Amino acid sequence: MAHGPAKGIRRWLYTTNHKDIGSLYLWFSFAMFILGGAFAMIIRAELFQPGMQLVEPEFFNQMTTMHGLVMVFGAIMPAFVGLANWMIPMMIGAPDMALPRMNNLSFWLLPPAFLMLAATLFTEGGAPQAGWTFYAPLSTTYANPLTATIFIFAVHTMGASSIMGSINIIATILNMRAPGMSYMKMPLFVWTWLITAFLLVAVMPVLAGAVTMMLMDIHGGTSFFDAAGGGDPVLFQHVFWFFGHPEVYIIILPAFGVISQIIPTFSRKPLFGYSSMVYATASIALLSFIVWAHHMFTVGMPLAGELFFMYATMLIAVPTGVKVFNWIATMFKGSITFETPMLFSLAFLVLFTIGGFTGVMLSIAPADFQYHDSYFVVAHFHYVMVAGAVFSMSAAVYYWLPKWTGRMYSEPLAQVHFWTSFIGFNLTFFPQHFVGLAGMPRRYSDYALQFADYNMISSCGAFLYGISQILFLVIIILTIKGGKKTTADKTWEGAEGLEWTVPSPAPYHTFSTPPTVK
Amino acid sequence: MFARAKQLTMLLLGSACLWGGSALAADSAGRSDENMPIGVTPVSQTVYDIHMLMFWICVAIGVLTFGALIFSLIKYRKSKGAVAANFHESTKVEIAWTVIPFIILIGMAWPATTALIEVYDSDEAELDIKVTGSQWKWRYDYIGEDVGFLSILSTPRDQIENKTAKGEFYLQEVDEPLVLPVGKKVRFLVTASDVIHSWWVPDLAVKRDAIPGFTHESWAYIEKAGTYRGYCAELCGKDHAFMPIVVKAVPEAEYNDWLAQKKQEAAELRALTSKVFTLDELMARGKDVYSKNCAACHLENGEGVQGAFPALKGSPMAIEADQLTAHIDIVVNGKSGTAMQAFGGNISDVDLAAVITYERNAWGNNTGEIVQPVDVYNHRKGE
Ligand code: HEM
Ligand SMILES: [Cu+2]
Repeated sequence: MAHGPAKGIRRWLYTTNHKDIGSLYLWFSFAMFILGGAFAMIIRAELFQPGMQLVEPEFFNQMTTMHGLVMVFGAIMPAFVGLANWMIPMMIGAPDMALPRMNNLSFWLLPPAFLMLAATLFTEGGAPQAGWTFYAPLSTTYANPLTATIFIFAVHTMGASSIMGSINIIATILNMRAPGMSYMKMPLFVWTWLITAFLLVAVMPVLAGAVTMMLMDIHGGTSFFDAAGGGDPVLFQHVFWFFGHPEVYIIILPAFGVISQIIPTFSRKPLFGYSSMVYATASIALLSFIVWAHHMFTVGMPLAGELFFMYATMLIAVPTGVKVFNWIATMFKGSITFETPMLFSLAFLVLFTIGGFTGVMLSIAPADFQYHDSYFVVAHFHYVMVAGAVFSMSAAVYYWLPKWTGRMYSEPLAQVHFWTSFIGFNLTFFPQHFVGLAGMPRRYSDYALQFADYNMISSCGAFLYGISQILFLVIIILTIKGGKKTTADKTWEGAEGLEWTVPSPAPYHTFSTPPTVK
Repeated sequence: MFARAKQLTMLLLGSACLWGGSALAADSAGRSDENMPIGVTPVSQTVYDIHMLMFWICVAIGVLTFGALIFSLIKYRKSKGAVAANFHESTKVEIAWTVIPFIILIGMAWPATTALIEVYDSDEAELDIKVTGSQWKWRYDYIGEDVGFLSILSTPRDQIENKTAKGEFYLQEVDEPLVLPVGKKVRFLVTASDVIHSWWVPDLAVKRDAIPGFTHESWAYIEKAGTYRGYCAELCGKDHAFMPIVVKAVPEAEYNDWLAQKKQEAAELRALTSKVFTLDELMARGKDVYSKNCAACHLENGEGVQGAFPALKGSPMAIEADQLTAHIDIVVNGKSGTAMQAFGGNISDVDLAAVITYERNAWGNNTGEIVQPVDVYNHRKGE
């Protein structure tokens, strides 16, 4: 056992190896990405034309809800946890994660959680229908109790998994760095994950609190969120967004880390402003705790509260701007090549910045009264979440795949994947800015005639994006099964870091004697 | 290959910017299919100006940022022989691009603050309207005027199901619009009776969440007569997309006439409460009331939706004589914790009697029982 993996299914069930667990996370998240994507395709097919043609409005709401939940909790978060499992030990010169058995458990909690969630689709009441933000009282008093209960347990399970995963990451980074690797020498991906893990530990219990209060309201006779019993539906929103806003940074910070690894590699130049990158990341994380109510500008807060949350939100633009400028300065006077990981990173940079601009616009409270809950918001967060998180994940996979498998992916196919994703994505979400400003609310199963053209474009783009992710799967499988072998340790000319000092494919156990970092 | 890829990127980016710019600038006279309406209130104009200001600031920063990016990508390509420099920090530059954005933000915060103060200034309104969201209708009460009514989507089901051609105002039309006078400060007191809704009329730049148990204020001073259409903007269940808002702004004299007529109608309806109706009269009236208020959940054919909304056709409550009181009660008072709301305050006793009679006699429920308006009245008073 000591020298290699066990054989068969047991290897995967019992494994405590960070690479195996990393792979499990990555495959799981890809499966969820396809599932969540299938839900999105149903949504876009229904919205292809005005009128109800394919599904009932109830089912449409189940699809938007499940799509959001599956993408956020099933696809993006586990994808980055998988990346962390694979890369953090290799980047800091550690033999494994600090708490390998807990690592196994934190992964294996996820499949049952999502099985439960998916199972609600087949119950009589159907899947949850209150949106991924599941605002009370729609999600409590007016939801099917069975569905709501299963959903709450699923969320608890995911939360437990996330908390364990992040404790493990914190313990690994704090304790297991190779001699000589001071904090200010850690790769940025490690830094961003360290900060993300603290965010997770801080806010997942808040989410757990919110769903526990829901459970009590549904079965325990309390009325936390029920005005008829003296409760307050807005309390739910405050609790939810106290979790939810840091959550969006949990999604994007590791992406920042990935991009900060890749852009220097393909510019053949060290990252510009390393220390300001670290400080910017930490400031974003801290600010994320005091801006939650910008999701609630229209609920009727007092003017002073509204102003406070507006100013705090606008401030986030400063550290975010610093990051974008530093990335560009990294490329300035570099020696740039455009392999697929770089293409995805550049697309990330441009599109994420556009998402950032709409974010600044949204932070302006009086204007947000018009933007809020319209498709403008849908466009904004997909520019951040898809072009931000998902594109950076694609970049990461192409970047490290040769290290993981010892084989090279097909560059021409990968470029096709990039261009179809890029064009499909923009066709889908750029027009949504327009329909949103022109007045189309989000989460609508049907819409007025003046929104028809842009919705049709949007749906076409979505199908293109969707299909191109199947190509992604094909590329990965082709690489694993028969890609050209890369024997070089360093796949990319400009790559730096401990992960590039180990052979390709990365051996099952790396660094049984720690490397020294000068 | 790589060079071509880059050209393509630039082409796409360039055209996206141009498209965005031209589309947003397109129609400066009010409404466009791509941009926020300028609207017809002072607030909506302020908001529009702020929106455009932010947009152009972002465009300017975007041009600079992406300009620097594109420049670097073209100039420092390895394929053109670029050799990497080795600098990796510059305190001066890093401080500059922290401080300058900060100053720009202060520049943005100033107009945003004054605008927000304007939005919040709902004092000294001349007219108060209570707006209540309830799945999936809006109720409007003219405070102090004894006038109130439900406003319900009037787009026919057949259009939604693609059986007939869609009308011009598909999903943006209601049976009774909210009528408001122009040139008066109107305050909206927004609340809900079940889940959270949100009352949004883009041309008035008003969006207020309607929250059960709470009432929040918003206001509008409409400067131009016309019909303004809006939506529910908070996910509120299955018919979220089907609860539009129509505001008809009319000159003050016309508004007063309308109000007087509404009051008279209300008085006549109350007088009808003591009248005795025949089964046929009630059935005809009831069918109408049913399709407006009940069919969204229980369906036109009374069969309901399995697992979500109970069927009325053949339901013991609608056919057994000893369940008559329970039947009246559930329609008048609703059933708490379910989507079945109290219609008692929303629909006149005449219409309630009609719809209950209809439910007991339609779809083969033929009980022959008649519920008179007084029965409903007595039930309400007896509670
Ligand atoms: C091409 C791929 C995608 C398409 C076509 C798509 C489409 C949609 C649509 C139509 C909605 C409904 C918007 C609404 O709530 O009104 C939506 C919501 C959402 N999407 Fe996506 N999406 C895609 C990818 C993703 C990905 C990769 C993520 C992962 C982060 C994601 C996260 C979300 C979230 C969080 C919501 C909000 C759900 C809610 O409102 O409850 N989407 N998406
Ligand atoms: Cu609503």
